[in-house]
Amino acid sequence: MLTKMIPEIGHYALVIALLLAAVQSVMPLAGAATRRPLWMAYARPMATGQFLFVAIAYACLTASYMLDDFSVANVANNSNSMLPWYYKFSAVWGNHEGSVLLWSLMLAGWGYFAASFSRELPRDMVARVLGVMGLVCVGFLLFILVTSNPFERLLPHMPADGADLNPLLQDIGLILHPPMLYMGYVGFSVVFAFAIAALLGGRLDAAWARWARPWTNLAWACLTVGIALGSWWAYYELGWGGWWFWDPVENASLLPWLTGTALMHSLAVTEKRGAFKSWTLLLAITTFSLSLLGTFLVRSGVLTSVHAFANDPSRGFFILMLLGITVGLSLLIFALRAPRVSHTVGFSWLSRDALLLINNLMLVIMTVTVLLGTVYPLLLDALDLGKISVGPPYFNALFVPLTLIMSVFMGLGPISRWKETAPSLLVRRLWLAAVVAVVLGAALPLIFAERWSAPVAVGLIAALWIVLPMLRDLYDKVRRASTIGAGLKKLSLAYWGMQLGHLGVAVTIVGVAVVSNYNIERNVRMGPGDSVQVAGYTFTMIELTDRRGANFLADRAVIEVQRGDSNRRFTMNPEKRLYLATGMPMTQVALRPGFFRDLYVAMGEDLGDGSWAMRVQYKPFVRWLWLGALLMSIGGVLAVADKRYRRMATAPDPEEAALKPAGGDRGKEATA
Amino acid sequence: MTLSLTPKRKQKLYVLLGLVALAAIAVGLTLYALRANINLFFSPVQIAAGEAPFERQIRAGGMVREGTVVRNPDSLDVEFTVTDYVDDVRVHYSGILPDLFREGQGVVVVGQLHQGGHIMADQVLARHDENYMPPEVAQALEEAGYKPEDFQQKAADVAKRLEAEKAAGNRNGDGATSSSY
Repeated sequence: MLTKMIPEIGHYALVIALLLAAVQSVMPLAGAATRRPLWMAYARPMATGQFLFVAIAYACLTASYMLDDFSVANVANNSNSMLPWYYKFSAVWGNHEGSVLLWSLMLAGWGYFAASFSRELPRDMVARVLGVMGLVCVGFLLFILVTSNPFERLLPHMPADGADLNPLLQDIGLILHPPMLYMGYVGFSVVFAFAIAALLGGRLDAAWARWARPWTNLAWACLTVGIALGSWWAYYELGWGGWWFWDPVENASLLPWLTGTALMHSLAVTEKRGAFKSWTLLLAITTFSLSLLGTFLVRSGVLTSVHAFANDPSRGFFILMLLGITVGLSLLIFALRAPRVSHTVGFSWLSRDALLLINNLMLVIMTVTVLLGTVYPLLLDALDLGKISVGPPYFNALFVPLTLIMSVFMGLGPISRWKETAPSLLVRRLWLAAVVAVVLGAALPLIFAERWSAPVAVGLIAALWIVLPMLRDLYDKVRRASTIGAGLKKLSLAYWGMQLGHLGVAVTIVGVAVVSNYNIERNVRMGPGDSVQVAGYTFTMIELTDRRGANFLADRAVIEVQRGDSNRRFTMNPEKRLYLATGMPMTQVALRPGFFRDLYVAMGEDLGDGSWAMRVQYKPFVRWLWLGALLMSIGGVLAVADKRYRRMATAPDPEEAALKPAGGDRGKEATA
Repeated sequence: MTLSLTPKRKQKLYVLLGLVALAAIAVGLTLYALRANINLFFSPVQIAAGEAPFERQIRAGGMVREGTVVRNPDSLDVEFTVTDYVDDVRVHYSGILPDLFREGQGVVVVGQLHQGGHIMADQVLARHDENYMPPEVAQALEEAGYKPEDFQQKAADVAKRLEAEKAAGNRNGDGATSSSY
């Protein structure tokens, strides 16, 4: 019976994928070093084959889940026959082994796409890029096969039914958040491979930057959405309405995002001005290393959280080794080879170059502060120096002012020019924006909120200061053209991407500032008939009922909500569920989402006398947080669609392309 | 603003100096913020021995002793005893307890220790650990000279008994969440 063999087929496919990855890393790298075209030509077919076999392995594990094959330990521990099919499908990555397999699948997938979309790259560059990616694949496939085999069997004592998926994970969030986040994490492996290839090949020019930029943007966009999805999921799933906890696991995803953001900007300078070359390479290496660090923190079991599935020290040790080898080797290569590619270009202290340098510095400082707060407690613990934890006040105290300082420069950046910008030009174009930002930012909370709040005003000023100069710039650009349509048409997609990305940051800043300061939370004791007023809304508990779901029992409250004195009423139905297979309770929040505010009701605990502890919250502008992230990632993707990345298909000689400074619209502007 | 005309080396030097200065400031501020926001962990044994500071944010953890959870009937105030089966500490909390909070289960509270020896908690985190006891607590007990069998077995026994009682209660009653307190 073929279906009985599915797990073995999957296991076998993984072994083949490992071998292919080994060939993919050794042959092309050796070929590039010894200039043998035949060896280099191994790269593409091996990358394709490896992706195919990892995909087969992944499909096999998914099939075992869908078919309820509880003889597979992984399925027995994380699934249940009562689970709806879509959760069975996503339960594959709701555990350690499966999630590492998904990681590898995406790694192989990125490798496959890098192989497919690199036709116009020089042969040795392709060989080196795919070779480096192959090495990373070898590491992860070995990790799976040696320490985390998802196909392990429980024979002959197989359980009749599975232990079920953690109820917290039985949610649309599980279907969306991990794949998106992994796409981001793993996507940085491509630019990492590009960086190592540039170091090995000793060539880093504008063409190289143009190849590396789309991959960086795509990975960054995925990571942005992944982080936002995680925040949104935690917001409604954990039942107390927080959207960012400065939990080490969240920080682990924020770290590569910060350096990835720096990398995107640094790549822009490398492409346009041929500067910051070694810095760009270092950022590429750092970003991928931080992705690996994140994987280590989440997967090794050094942290206790929803994300830490397993507590096997050998796994932690293996990833730590992998991390050490990657960081050590790539930094060694960097130290040996970076002087060959670096090259200094002069620029004035008031120029886009300098502002991007400051942006990079701020982002790196943010990274260091978050890294310190995240790793310090773990280090102390590992060295047996005590058990401590670093709370959110630490992160807020540093992260908020740093963000504000950076937004000051974000206002200047898009307006200024490469190489040198006259201060008088900046003043002339920005004084109005500055005045409007300060006046509006200070006045808006006064007009729309019951009490004025300084932090909100500062946040709004920062956001307006980011947005208004961009509007001014757009206006100036369009004004120069004959008609508005012609002016808009002339603007490149990369320009729109930048505008949208920065707008996203502003929107997120508004969301964070408003919801953090105007959030209203009431924890109350409520029985049928009781009501509570929060932010002008009256919440009345009508009755307590119960209901039976597919795999849970739920206590359910019917809450009627009325706004002010208006007659419009609606009901909200929070639940407290008890999942039958695991006996785990879970809070199902009732949400009334809105563009300007969310209403949030959660059932706390049964107080025994017919009443419940209820958590009622009013969360203004909370959606803006995630909307901003979405805008940022759309901006990132839009910039990839810019025609200069497609034009390179027709520019056969990269050396020649490198000689031309910019080529795009930005170049014309610099000479204007 | 024609610094670009000065030798590149000079510019490099400024960049370097700027970097060092910024890094120094950043590290200084970071360490300061870190010092002010570190929460140390204490187990009931350590608190009883007077190791924990008063009126400072700390974390404490152990097991919720059975039969000690007292609710105020008119508000959300609640009191319970956290134990490591060697010493106890009383915890006051106002708010909603987490889903996994249960008697005989592991718990970590964040709050301040007051002169009377009780903790005013701002945050209660429930822990579901396979060994029935938060690892920090087990380690603290071992450091205090107790052997794992002194407390681990006790913790496991209590937790298992309570779970069995709860399962029996669930079979008899029809309520989805028959609370044990």
